[in-house]
Amino acid sequence: MVLSKLKAFYDFWYDFIVGDDWRVAIGVVVALSITWGISGSRFPAWWLVPAAVVLLLPYSLWRAVRTS
Amino acid sequence: MSSAALFIAVFLACAVEAVEATTIVLAAGTARDWRSALTGVAAGLGLLAVIVAGLGPALTAIPLQSLRLVVGGLLLVFGLQWLRKAILRASGHKALHDEEKIFATELSAAGAAEAHQVGYVRDWYSFTLSFKGVVLEGLEVAFIALTFGSNQKNIPLAALAAVSAVVVVAAGGVAVRAPLARVPENSMKFVVGVMLTSFGTFWGAEGAGAHWPGSDAALLVLVPLYALFGVLLSVALRPRPGAKLAYSAEA
Repeated sequence: MVLSKLKAFYDFWYDFIVGDDWRVAIGVVVALSITWGISGSRFPAWWLVPAAVVLLLPYSLWRAVRTS
Repeated sequence: MSSAALFIAVFLACAVEAVEATTIVLAAGTARDWRSALTGVAAGLGLLAVIVAGLGPALTAIPLQSLRLVVGGLLLVFGLQWLRKAILRASGHKALHDEEKIFATELSAAGAAEAHQVGYVRDWYSFTLSFKGVVLEGLEVAFIALTFGSNQKNIPLAALAAVSAVVVVAAGGVAVRAPLARVPENSMKFVVGVMLTSFGTFWGAEGAGAHWPGSDAALLVLVPLYALFGVLLSVALRPRPGAKLAYSAEA
C-alpha cells in the first residue's frame, strides 16, 4: 500500500518534470552543463542551448514517429 | 521581455489547461452532482493558491542567476515537450486533443461510479474528480506563472494573466454548458511550446553564465526562429498522401 503510493508519487513527478521523452530532459541538462563549463572561457557559450534544441527536438520527434 | 509577452505566455498556457480542467468539472457536474463538483473546484483552487503563496516568496529569495539556470532548464524541458506534442498532432502522428471525446468518456465513467457522502461533500466521486482535474491541470500553470513572474520580477502580472485565463475559460464553460471544443487548443499549445522553449533557452543559458548577443533582444530572434523551426518540422513530418498512419501511443 505504502509502496504503491510512493510509486504513484514518483510517477506523478516523473511525468510532470521529465514528460514523454527522458532523452530530452537529459539533453537539456547536458547542454546547460556544457554551457556552464565553457562560459568561463573566452569562447562564446550562448549558441549551445539553441543548438541542443535544434538537435533534440527532431531526434525526439523522429523516435516518436518511428514507434507510432 | 515585455510585459505583453509575459502576459500572453502565461494567459495561453493557463487557458489551455483551464479548458481541460473545465471538461472534467463539467462531466462531474453534469453526470453526478454540481455542488460536490464545484466544492472540488474550490478545494483545488485553494490548494493551488497555497502552493503559489508558499513558493512565490521563496522563489524571489533565490539569487537570480541560480533561479534562471534551474527555472530555464525546467521551462526548456516543459517547452520541448509541449512543442513535441503539438508538432506530432499537427503532422498527424498523434490524435488531436478532442474535448468532446474526453467529455463523453468522463461522463460515462462518472455515471457508472457509486455515490457516497463524506462529511459535507454529498458526492465524493464528483468532488475528487473535479479536485484532481483542477490540481493536476493547474500545477504546471502555477509553476509557469510563478517562474515567468519571478524571473521578470512581476509576479502580480503573471498571476493576473493566470486568473484572467481561468475566468474567461470558466465563463465560456458556464455559458455553453458543454466542453469548449472550439477552442484551438492544439495551436495554443504550439504557441506556448515556442514561448516556453524560447524563454527556457534564454534564461537557462544566461543562468549557466552565457552572455546573449544583443542581451534581451536575443529573445526577439529566438521566438520566431523556434516557431519557424516547429512549423518546418510539422510539414516535414507530414506523411505522404496515401501513407498509412498509426497514432503514437503517448498520452
